[in-house]
Amino acid sequence: MTAIPIPARVRGSVQQLLALASLIAILVFFSFASPYFFTPSNLVGILMAATVTGILALGTTFVIVSGGIDLSIGTGMILCGVMTGVFMTYWGWPAWAGVIGAILFGGLIGFINGFNVSVLGLPPFIATLGMMLVASGLSLVISGTKPIYFKEHPDFQLLMNYDVIPGARFPLGVLIFLVLTVVAAVVLSKTIVGRYAFSIGSNEAATALSGVNVVRWKLTIYTIAGLFVGIAGVLAASRLSSAQPVGGMGLELEAIAAVVIGGTSLQGGRGSIAGTVVGALIVAVLTNGLRVTAVPQEWQSVVVGCVILVAVYVDMLRRKAN
Amino acid sequence: MTLLEVRGASKSFPGVRALDDVDLELRHGEVLALVGENGAGKSTLMKLLSGIDRPDGGEFFLDGVQYTPASPRHAQELGISIIHQELNLMPDLTVAQNIFIGREPRIGGLLLSERALNRRTRELLDRLGLPLEPTDLIGDLTVARQQMVEIARALSFNARVLVMDEPTAALNEVEVNTLFGLIRRFVTPTTGVIYISHRMHELAEITDRITVLRDGRYVDTLDTASSTVPQVISLMVGRTITGEQRPRAAVVTGEPVLSVRGLHTKALLRDVSFEVRRGEILGFAGLMGAGRTELARALVGADRKDGGTVTVHGREVAISNPADAARAGIGYLSEDRKRYGVLLGRSVRDNVVLASMPRFTSAFGLVADRMIGKTATDYVAKLRIRTPSTGQLVQNLSGGNQQKTVIAKWLVRDCDVLIFDEPTRGIDVGAKDEIYALLDELAADGKAIVMISSELPEVLRMSHRIAVMCQGRITAVLDSTDASQELIMDYATRFSAQGTVTS
Repeated sequence: MTAIPIPARVRGSVQQLLALASLIAILVFFSFASPYFFTPSNLVGILMAATVTGILALGTTFVIVSGGIDLSIGTGMILCGVMTGVFMTYWGWPAWAGVIGAILFGGLIGFINGFNVSVLGLPPFIATLGMMLVASGLSLVISGTKPIYFKEHPDFQLLMNYDVIPGARFPLGVLIFLVLTVVAAVVLSKTIVGRYAFSIGSNEAATALSGVNVVRWKLTIYTIAGLFVGIAGVLAASRLSSAQPVGGMGLELEAIAAVVIGGTSLQGGRGSIAGTVVGALIVAVLTNGLRVTAVPQEWQSVVVGCVILVAVYVDMLRRKAN
Repeated sequence: MTLLEVRGASKSFPGVRALDDVDLELRHGEVLALVGENGAGKSTLMKLLSGIDRPDGGEFFLDGVQYTPASPRHAQELGISIIHQELNLMPDLTVAQNIFIGREPRIGGLLLSERALNRRTRELLDRLGLPLEPTDLIGDLTVARQQMVEIARALSFNARVLVMDEPTAALNEVEVNTLFGLIRRFVTPTTGVIYISHRMHELAEITDRITVLRDGRYVDTLDTASSTVPQVISLMVGRTITGEQRPRAAVVTGEPVLSVRGLHTKALLRDVSFEVRRGEILGFAGLMGAGRTELARALVGADRKDGGTVTVHGREVAISNPADAARAGIGYLSEDRKRYGVLLGRSVRDNVVLASMPRFTSAFGLVADRMIGKTATDYVAKLRIRTPSTGQLVQNLSGGNQQKTVIAKWLVRDCDVLIFDEPTRGIDVGAKDEIYALLDELAADGKAIVMISSELPEVLRMSHRIAVMCQGRITAVLDSTDASQELIMDYATRFSAQGTVTS
């Protein structure tokens, strides 16, 4: 069965190159299809659109690599946005404290998920499905179903929208996304928690028998995902200058789609941050490109759905060939 | 004419000749015992008879008619029903639903008729005299009653031949008697039973003749009435082959490293106590289900233990999970390498350092990949792991090299106690010798080694002392110089409730 074994490192890059090549092909296609597509303002728009889902996808990559799943990231993000409003508008905290508070709140959501999964032993799907509903309801309860505006903090919206480069449109939010990408990539590939995420996803029982405290590390992994949820929530609120208590359902699936398109296995044990970013960009580019080429909105999710099916099938074929 | 005749059955699996030209004859109206050590070929023969596997050579005849089962279902329809040691029942379905699964009575070929199902089950159970309700849920029944359901299902096919694999393994004395009653009722001048068991003392009670297999070959068939237990055991193990015995002085005088006292679990283990010294290999022998793996898993905290103490280097250690065990310097190498040993989809490098990651992590939390690479390269060379690079995925290595990777993992962790569970399972002959040499080296380096093995020659060859287990107890601890296959088998089949032996 092993003709010429290809080293793992080379194989990993092949997988990422495949996704990257698809991204470039899609970019080229839409550039020819519409004159409005490959313009600086539209490209920045794509990045803006990719930022929030992308950050959710970064965090959830850790969970999926470890063989878990997190369905609570969409509504959890909404709840974190609402908490930003609570901290800054209701309780009058300074902006920095509100931001940190909301991010830590996201970490708390993740910690509870991790507790339910690793200590109580609930299946990740169920544990995070429950949290998804809890977070969705709490957002409405806490906000009284109304948006919370940041009246005391008119500058809060700059967190997402401030132009980093004078004279050019490059929002701070996108820069934050890029920085977080680097951070996530380093954590996943160069730190102990990243290594353990791969080990647990690859074979949890063997990892535990090797003397690794799997319970503790799964707790950590879900908490990391939660912190990313918190950051995404803050940025989403900043982008709209308000905390919107409604929605968020479906976002988790969009983020998971990005992770999967990026070549991370839902069975765990395989995946990369680079892949996830490319996956998030593919989703964003497709959505945007279909819009500027005037494809009706109804069709956009049809296309994205098909892309997921093709991406995963191609990945499976490639792995079987190995 | 005989009821069932096996002529020259052979079957090979990659690397193993599991059955080699085996003959077997089951007469009408008899209970024939089929005995042999683990790996003698009993299970393989059963799989051929039940149509799970195809033979490479040989023929079967049922009442003189050639018998070639294509599937377990086909075998049942032809009249041979098999009851496996692992029961194949669906716990959430009822007794009736389990018995007639796949053959449910239907109304108009479409709708299931629960009423007809229960009526037919009731008839069957009454005929067999079984105290079961058709509507009972399987999950609510005791193991003994579940086994009755299996038997009822087997007999619902109007079986002529019933094959039972270790049917008494999970039964108490009263239940065993019920089972024997059932067997006696089943046996008529047109039917017969093949009864596979390790329990020598039961054979006299229920069987008429005994067929012995060894190393996949037919050895002999005896009349139960005129044979003795030692006679059967010596046929099972064959003569002791000299040179397989540990050649050098067997007494190890190093200080005790691991000491276990009164280890106990609700499920199986009873007051298990033993001690392993520095530089010693303590072998654990026993039949399947004797509790050797369970002992290892409870010891390292992989499963719950309900009593007992573990002392390492004279200090009592509390072990509630494998992380505690690793911290205490105890490494466990599972019998099921692929499930519990290696990360197949990860590199040799990742596997080798898996148990020691904190040591390879800098103050900033970053993993020191260069150090990991260097350590992995060192151990690949030291243990002679054949791999093109340390980046190779473990799934691409042979069984022997996978095993060495697991050993490397615990050496990097610097464990003083290594528990090897079936260290050479699934490993080809040449690589076995390398693993043996490695075990000897490790012992010579001062490790304390526990080696669980189902292969008696392996136990005799490797161990300084041999602990024999039966039914969750240690029934003897033998010096390797005194031990023989016969003696080990004798202690391994002491199915009594007598006390345990301490070493």
